[in-house]
Amino acid sequence: MIGAPFWNWDWLFGHLDLIGDRLLEHLYLSGLAVSIGLAISLPLAVVAHRRRVLYGPITSVAGILYTIPSVALFASLVPFTGLSTLTAEIGLVSYTLLILVRNAVTGLSGVPQDVKEAARGMGYNERQLLWRVEMPLALPAIIAGVRIATVTTIGLVTVTALIGKGGLGSLMLGGFRNLFPEIAIVAGVALSVALAVVTDTLILGGQRLLTPWSRGVRLRVGAS
Amino acid sequence: MTASFFGEVIEWLSASANWSGDFGVPARVVEHLIMSGASLGIAMAIALPIGMYIGHTGRLQFLVVSLANFGRAIPSFGLLFLFVLWLGLGLSSPPSLRPPIIFALVLLAIPPTLTNTYVAIQNVDRDTIEAARGMGMTGIGTLVAIELPLGAPLILAGIRTSAVQVVATAALGAVVAGGGLGRFIIDGFAARDFPQIFAGALLVAILAILTEVAFAGLERLVSPRMSSAGRRGRAEPHPWEVAGRAPRSPDPIA
Repeated sequence: MIGAPFWNWDWLFGHLDLIGDRLLEHLYLSGLAVSIGLAISLPLAVVAHRRRVLYGPITSVAGILYTIPSVALFASLVPFTGLSTLTAEIGLVSYTLLILVRNAVTGLSGVPQDVKEAARGMGYNERQLLWRVEMPLALPAIIAGVRIATVTTIGLVTVTALIGKGGLGSLMLGGFRNLFPEIAIVAGVALSVALAVVTDTLILGGQRLLTPWSRGVRLRVGAS
Repeated sequence: MTASFFGEVIEWLSASANWSGDFGVPARVVEHLIMSGASLGIAMAIALPIGMYIGHTGRLQFLVVSLANFGRAIPSFGLLFLFVLWLGLGLSSPPSLRPPIIFALVLLAIPPTLTNTYVAIQNVDRDTIEAARGMGMTGIGTLVAIELPLGAPLILAGIRTSAVQVVATAALGAVVAGGGLGRFIIDGFAARDFPQIFAGALLVAILAILTEVAFAGLERLVSPRMSSAGRRGRAEPHPWEVAGRAPRSPDPIA
């Protein structure tokens, strides 16, 4: 690649299939991680919501997982699960738990007491109350968590390039290691940001469709 | 395999050769701390004044909102490579102060602190500020005497998020020839030395958790004395107990 211009459009347009493959892998790794994260977090959130004493321990464990740097978490798994999708997913899923559990519990706790009393008065049992009243009302908070988790995961997937996965991250690492021209780095970062923004917008759109009653409620900047 | 593997990890961690010289654990810890400290310091010098200005005056709020959202979408891994493209590897600087890595770390550390400083100052009770104004305090006076002390716990929470993120991403700096504890992981991958990879990962994780714990302690120290919520330790109060409080929305760790 010596002597090739920085804006190597020829390489870029000659490798659209490679770039498309990386993009799909990126989408697959992030989508799988957030889905598994939700499947673990929602039951945990319901448990923490019902038994308040468990909220502290559950978020503490999720918080410790969240604090471990991604490169350390992926690296420490490699001796056991190898350079595999499983290694990538264990790490990625771990990072979604704190955000998803916390938002879901906040949503469930925000359901007004009157509403629950009314539902019980109509003869709803606990299970019906959960699925027909609490969950739908908690949905905006849950989806807000899904949005943060998704955008975060899309960024973290790039790090898995170090363990031979990475989606668009492998374009970045390849560009750095001269396997690809430098333009691959720019393309990887740009597509990764674009993927995050587009996915976030789509989830927001999905939420508007699912919870028409919450239309007009604007998201505020939250403190971390 | 597992038992003997952990034996090898312990062997690596107890080998005196790994604890001495320029490439030993203490030297790498120092590099890691210099790299993180310098970046965090520069980021604070930028984020705190801007956050205070926006929170105090209410101007330019869109900047905070878009920065908070956009900052999350940028992969820190890619940011490192972009700065290397722009500035080169910076091999003439010491391993702890390579310019592309410092630039990337500074940029990553700004959004959490900026957002929290802005929210902290914005959330100070309006009546309290009115009272201060009524007593004849100036704008700067209210900021220093009222808004900053009341907002201090939230501001420090933002600095904690920034700090943990910087310590985490500094480990990635090793990919682009930086020093610090990440070296053990990246060099371990190159040499297929799995015990070293695991030991390095362990050290990075411990440093990140210690950073979190240290800043959490600092946060508790500055929490207003009348508040019991801040004194309960790291255990999260259940959202029921803090009705109306926005959920802590953490920023991604690299």
